Amino acid sequence: MVAQELTSGEYIKHHLTNLTYGKMPDGSWALAHSAEEAKEMGFWAINVDSMGWSIGLGIIFCWLFGKAAKGVTAGIPGGLQNLVEMVVEFIDDTVSSTFNHRNSLIAPMALTIFVWVFMMNLMDLVPVDLIPYISQLLGVHFMKVVPSTDPNITMGMALTIFVLILFYSINCKGLGGFFAELAFHPFPKPLFLFNLFLESVTLIAKPISLGLRLFGNMYAGEMIFILLAIMYGGIVTGLVGGVLQWGWAMFHLLIVTLQAFIFAVLTVVYMAQAHDVEEEH
Amino acid sequence: MNINLTLFAQMVTFAVFIWFCWKHIWPPIVEAMAERQKSIADGLAAAERAAKDLELAQDRATDQMREAKVEAQQHIDEARDRAKQMVEAAKDDARLEGERLLEAARSEIDQEVNRAKEALRVQVAELAINGAEKVLGSSIDRAKHSALLDTLAAEL
Repeated sequence: MVAQELTSGEYIKHHLTNLTYGKMPDGSWALAHSAEEAKEMGFWAINVDSMGWSIGLGIIFCWLFGKAAKGVTAGIPGGLQNLVEMVVEFIDDTVSSTFNHRNSLIAPMALTIFVWVFMMNLMDLVPVDLIPYISQLLGVHFMKVVPSTDPNITMGMALTIFVLILFYSINCKGLGGFFAELAFHPFPKPLFLFNLFLESVTLIAKPISLGLRLFGNMYAGEMIFILLAIMYGGIVTGLVGGVLQWGWAMFHLLIVTLQAFIFAVLTVVYMAQAHDVEEEH
Repeated sequence: MNINLTLFAQMVTFAVFIWFCWKHIWPPIVEAMAERQKSIADGLAAAERAAKDLELAQDRATDQMREAKVEAQQHIDEARDRAKQMVEAAKDDARLEGERLLEAARSEIDQEVNRAKEALRVQVAELAINGAEKVLGSSIDRAKHSALLDTLAAEL
């Protein structure tokens, strides 16, 4: 437990508050001291913990895979290269079975998404109080360690992918072709307004569902860890809580991997759709 | 839980990581894997070729062995025939030689016999003359009776 005097509600709320650096009401920039203060900062604020952890994990990914790529050999691979090649081959197989166009960006992007999101999700398995407690000792009040429980992070990634969807759609089909795809489908041309509305919703639903799916899954998982952590009061409830934490962690390991995989695969599917030049309707 | 600047910061971060992976991580790894795949395929093909070569060589060796066996058998047969012929020839030679020797011996014996007869004849003539001298008590004129003696000796 972080602090014994907290009520359960406060405990949960504390855990769900980001370390926010932003514009204070008086115009100066500073770290928020409470959830309310963070909320008041509005858009001009940045979640230092989410960004820090996500960038840190991204750098670990780049360092680890970069190291393997630098010392890569076509001969007998070592331990790290084996691991990296296994992941690369898995992603390569997945991508080549879904994506049939020529684009060298897609597979590396899927690899980045899979590994990075997996690592961000994996932070969920670090005991919920450990890092917040340590940072509290260091004088930092809020610390959310799982970047993928922050909608900014997941939606940010989804938006980057959305930009790529638009870019490749226009690049492959031309502006007219892309418009035609949105307007003349699925109903005949006279109903193009209706088509446009329908297809736009479909298009916009892609990044939103992509980002929110990951966020929702991770947020719910994190929430269960927090709720189970509340049980750490007495010996009996603490023991039961510990067992439940362990069980949920085992189950969550599946979700962690699955969500990373789903995010990567859906990205590839959306990219494939963006590249598909459809025949006339 | 507020949407704020983090959203855009993450968009940029994400793009940067994708770019890094695209440029610096993915190509060398995939290249190395392809290279290894190729070398394994080459190795397997070479092994297959070598196995085929070995099979061919074995076939050839078997053929050669069979040919050699046949040839050896021929040689053996020829040699046996020749040996038989030589033995036959030697037998014939021996028989002829034996016959020749036998003939020679026989003629020599005949000569000896004749010679002995001749000597005997002379002696018998002498003996007869001596005997007759004794019986008649006088000498016989050799010259007078030589014709008679010669006919006598020839009768012996």
